[in-house]
Amino acid sequence: MTELVVGTKKGLFVLEGDGPEAFEITARAFAGEQVECGIRDTRTGRVFAAVNNSFYGPKLWYTDDPAGEWTQADGPALPDGGEEALVRIWVIVPGERDGQLFLGGDPGVLFESDDAGASWHLNEALWQEPSRPRWQPGGGGLCLHSIVPWPGDPDRVAVAVSAAGVWLTDDGGRSWRQGVDGIVARYLPEEVEDPNMSLCIHRLERAPKRPERMFLQFHGGVYRSDDAGASWSAIGAGLPSDFGFPLTVDPADPDSAYVIPLQGDFDRVTPEGRVRVYETRDAGASWAPRGAGLPEHGAYLTVLRRAFDRAGEGGTLELYFGATSGDVFGTRDAGGSWFTAATRLPPVYSVTASV
Amino acid sequence: MTVVHVRGPLKKLAGDRGDHELTGSSVADVLAELERRHPAIEGWIVDERGRIRRHINVFVNGELAREATAVRPDDRVEVIPAISGGVR
Repeated sequence: MTELVVGTKKGLFVLEGDGPEAFEITARAFAGEQVECGIRDTRTGRVFAAVNNSFYGPKLWYTDDPAGEWTQADGPALPDGGEEALVRIWVIVPGERDGQLFLGGDPGVLFESDDAGASWHLNEALWQEPSRPRWQPGGGGLCLHSIVPWPGDPDRVAVAVSAAGVWLTDDGGRSWRQGVDGIVARYLPEEVEDPNMSLCIHRLERAPKRPERMFLQFHGGVYRSDDAGASWSAIGAGLPSDFGFPLTVDPADPDSAYVIPLQGDFDRVTPEGRVRVYETRDAGASWAPRGAGLPEHGAYLTVLRRAFDRAGEGGTLELYFGATSGDVFGTRDAGGSWFTAATRLPPVYSVTASV
Repeated sequence: MTVVHVRGPLKKLAGDRGDHELTGSSVADVLAELERRHPAIEGWIVDERGRIRRHINVFVNGELAREATAVRPDDRVEVIPAISGGVR
């Protein structure tokens, strides 16, 4: 049985199923509220919901039973009396230490919990990063949307900010350096001053079995790094479009990555009304469409950056993605065949899967 | 004492009571006092900067107010979600 925790414009949904039949909705929480991200931390069983309430601000909630009572976490919040407030929570990611979780949000902020998500503290080094005043926000704000721990090494973490690029730490977050060499922003003039402060990363992922390898979907471009984020090579050739938001990998294969191309930044829908996931198994040298079972006609879907996740690995890799149309699609054979896991949900903001 | 009235989820966070008799000379003062008495409401009306959230309206005796608006002991302060904050 696979569980999907789906964040939507109108609440959190928990879906369960095996496919290919539609999954069952087993819980709905925060009805009417925007749930940017929901996850289950499989280490503890605890489910988290990042609720961006338009009246009362962003709040993080957790529970052991999504159909039951939820508890508001202590934090995350920016320092009292400062010039800025937390605008939005974008992502929650389990860390490598017991009880450790990370949370990213707008304005380009990283929080950490050491007590399984009950309380949160701000990463001061990234907050105080000297270049921060020059960081440019993307269309969704100054969002820290990707947090990528290094399997087995809690000191090494990469994060991505739209649009301040990739940031790397090797000392548990006490210091950070930018890792963006090779990334080219086609939306900037060549002679622009300070281009590295306007790099609109859409999603960052790491190959767990070769942690120095990472992939990223850019605002026009797909890139791979083989040196832990120090430098990047373009690998988008062969895709129908190198614009898109989400990206994931097969944990068993460090040469693998999956993206969902959209027409472009001027038209953020699946190209030609056809929904297809693209897969590489040679680290981006070539891409192949994986669309059997996905809509082939009249489907102009938008898939947001956190709305694509995986469970399992190898030949039984499961992939799930949701669209702002309210559809959720899944595969249990690494993209070989797809089924519809849900339809007519509210616009989907995030999907996380666990087995 | 100034009466601060909250409703909806704010009422639940404030001990499931709508009316709160509080002391203070400004809207910011009485809202801070409300947070001290009911810590669960911290961050819901006023953000980290000390500002009333964008889509929350605060009225003093029926007039729209800001953080620095003065209040007197017999004033009534209403905290109401703004229609501008609704999500379609």
